[in-house]
Amino acid sequence: MRDMTLDMPTPDCAIAPALLACEGLSFEAGGKRLIDNFTLAIHPGRRTLIMGPNGAGKSVLLRLMHGLITPTGGHVLWQGRPLDRAARHAQAMVFQRPVMLRRSVLANLKFALTVRGITGAARARQATEALDLARLGDMARRPARVLSGGEQQRLALARALVCQPRLLFLDEPTSSLDPASTRAIEDLINAAHARGVSIVMVTHDLGQARRMGDDVLFLQNGTLAEAGPLQDVLAAPKTAATRAWLEGRLYTAL
Amino acid sequence: MFSLTDILGEAFGLILTWDRNLSEIVMLSLRVTLSAVVISCLIGLPLGAVVGAFRFPGRGLVTVLLNTLMGLPPVVVGLVVYLMLSASGPLGVLQLLYTPGAMIIAQTILVTPIVAALTKQVVEDLHGEYAEQFASLGVGAFDRITALLWDARYSLLTVALAGFGRAVAEVGAVLIVGGNINHVTRVMTTTIALETSKGNLELALALGLLLLSIAVIVNAAVMALRASAVRAAYA
Ligand SMILES: Nc1ncnc2c1ncn2[C@@H]1O[C@H](COP(=O)(O)OP(=O)(O)O)[C@@H](O)[C@H]1O
Ligand SMILES: [Mg+2]
Repeated sequence: MRDMTLDMPTPDCAIAPALLACEGLSFEAGGKRLIDNFTLAIHPGRRTLIMGPNGAGKSVLLRLMHGLITPTGGHVLWQGRPLDRAARHAQAMVFQRPVMLRRSVLANLKFALTVRGITGAARARQATEALDLARLGDMARRPARVLSGGEQQRLALARALVCQPRLLFLDEPTSSLDPASTRAIEDLINAAHARGVSIVMVTHDLGQARRMGDDVLFLQNGTLAEAGPLQDVLAAPKTAATRAWLEGRLYTAL
Repeated sequence: MFSLTDILGEAFGLILTWDRNLSEIVMLSLRVTLSAVVISCLIGLPLGAVVGAFRFPGRGLVTVLLNTLMGLPPVVVGLVVYLMLSASGPLGVLQLLYTPGAMIIAQTILVTPIVAALTKQVVEDLHGEYAEQFASLGVGAFDRITALLWDARYSLLTVALAGFGRAVAEVGAVLIVGGNINHVTRVMTTTIALETSKGNLELALALGLLLLSIAVIVNAAVMALRASAVRAAYA
């Protein structure tokens, strides 16, 4: 069994235990191995990027790590223990396509807080703060689903952050956004990171990877092709797949 | 022989002067049907939401049952409620037979499966969209149901209106359990049936026109609801 944790030296927190670890993680569906024997660690305080071609299994991996689907082999550990409700509450996820409740912008945030047992004045204050942070303050009363794509994505991010997660999953949060909207999302993610939130983000954008990545996991066809600090992977890609991607060649040419 | 224009004129006269006999019948109709719809919603909305949002053993059976009950023949419901409530029936002691209470019970039995089955469909579709987000946020079972019901509010209002439309136009069940007693259990539909057979056509026609207007109002309300839901992207 490959042990990818060995490939991921994390200088500033090498002693710190992994926030989240996958051990021999596999997922099969429809007779296909979508995730094949992944062993990896997500370290606290790091921004881990997941990259790889369409259909490589990036979204499936996020769902597994977030506990939305159950692995068919191996397991996901949260601070060394199996994923449970408390672990779920310490995580948040922004999906590739934002799912907005049929309510106002503000009510979408309040809902997330209510689920966490936060009500009354504290809820109102936290929701308003989160909206201002996402620069959606003047849209508080509008129906969430009439917002533009970029605004909805910002709201989805604000809703995830208002839960004060320790680990935030993001599935291609900027893939359909223009540069200004992308910038706004990246700023929000980096601000959260600066407050101590660990980040796991799927992206296709190499520029974004350079701007935001500390570590990278490179997926290819359900296998973990590469894992380690982004700088190391950029400097010396180990596999043909990563090399091709860095050089901008088509993955399928492999 | 009768003159259609004369009868139509008299019918409008009854409506415009809000004839006491007519108003009594209309108000009882609305009271019975609204009560039945409210009770049906209290049972059918949560029931449909639970069946729509959760997987559990027997879910398929419940769905088949609800869909079957949706098409219950009203006269059969009337007969069964009659047997239950009649003096020698199991609920005879309640002495509800030939009262508005009996009519409310019969209409509730007719409308609850409609509300539940339609709610199930609406909630199931919405849950398909929300399920992962709910799981991610860690939303518990109770909060899920209430959130789905609230977010489907526009569709569910049209469900309630559909139930109202069915109940207010129903004759068979209320005729059997209500008995069409003057000043006690006469509603629009049963009065139309009786007065037409007696040749008292102006009252029958007046009630028919009102029943039609109610149908038009209900449909207009459904359309207006849908339009405002679409405007707010809440549909
Ligand atoms: N529940 C599932 N059942 C069967 N196949 C699935 C399921 N979820 C995803 N897949 C398939 O797994 C592959 C990886 O999907 P995904 O993780 O969404 O790719 P991506 O890397 O683009 O995010 C795709 O071929 C997809 O069709
Ligand atoms: Mg994906």
